[in-house]
Amino acid sequence: MDWQFTDDRPIWQQLTDQLTLRILKGEYPPGERLPGVRELAAQAGVNPNTMQRAMAQLEADGLAVGSRTAGRTVTQDISVIESAARERARAAVSACLKILEELGYSGEDALVFVKEELHHE
Amino acid sequence: MNETLVSCTALTKRYGNKTALKGVNLELGRGRIVGLLGPNGSGKTTLIKILCGLLQPTEGAVLVDGQAVGPYTKSIISYLPDRMYFADWMKATDLFDLFADFYKDFDRTRAMSMCASLGVTPSDRLKSMSKGTKEKVQLVLVMARKAQLYLLDEPIAGVDPAARDFILSTILTNYNEEGTVLISTHLISDIEKVLDEAVFLKEGEITLHDTVDNIREREGKSVDALFREVFRAHNIEGGAF
Repeated sequence: MDWQFTDDRPIWQQLTDQLTLRILKGEYPPGERLPGVRELAAQAGVNPNTMQRAMAQLEADGLAVGSRTAGRTVTQDISVIESAARERARAAVSACLKILEELGYSGEDALVFVKEELHHE
Repeated sequence: MNETLVSCTALTKRYGNKTALKGVNLELGRGRIVGLLGPNGSGKTTLIKILCGLLQPTEGAVLVDGQAVGPYTKSIISYLPDRMYFADWMKATDLFDLFADFYKDFDRTRAMSMCASLGVTPSDRLKSMSKGTKEKVQLVLVMARKAQLYLLDEPIAGVDPAARDFILSTILTNYNEEGTVLISTHLISDIEKVLDEAVFLKEGEITLHDTVDNIREREGKSVDALFREVFRAHNIEGGAF
């Protein structure tokens, strides 16, 4: 997976988002050792200090554990990963609802759309 | 070892009646990658040349690692000039010999391995190399030193976009971790994500010095977008060409 950056937000936040997504998707499974800051920075083509800040945020979120010197691993605590995934899902739904609201649809309409879409698939 | 690596106080440089730098105050810490950003003629090269001792300031003071510019500061500064200054009959390996003689911190093994990863044949003569390849050789010479301050004047201007990414990753993976890298450029979008800090230089004055994260957080836009805004506004005020 490639790293993508947009212009509107600090790069470290975008790195944290993308690393979180990798953990939630299981690309970095629970308990697995994460690549080092320098290695990840080189992969993403960003400054190591920026990557360091993104990793510190992953730790603060409880998704990564360990230290800078010994290396970090993905947390073994599945409940942390599950709740982060639910939070992501809620954020996605609320972003979607916001668009529908701008188009003039109610919450009820949204449910109908979702059901129709599920039928299609 | 003090925290501040570079300190410029009220630095002014005049060429005749043209003022290139007007009372510049600048402090740079260690272990940072800093972008020196400004349009053509804003004073970027002048500032860099003063830092490495090639130009004398008209007024003001410069300290590098607590010392006035001189033999000591030259030994800890690795400088990439904005143009090539080597004789074209030389081979890259001749230049490695030269640099190994001049600089104690030059790592020849690293230079050879950087050549291999950049696709440069070190036994070729400079005159047989393309412009982009010569720039790569220069970059190898500069980055293979374990310096405290790297001054890179337009390191990516002459190469194609693919080589640009390669050069940036070379800078990222090869700079000394306690060292600071100052990169002057007007190609901001290409280097924004490797920078810790940005310094905006406008007509010889520093108009902004902050971390890239702070700028993005405060402005809600990239440093590149801000740069275009800051420097375009002026053109309109200036009237028609």
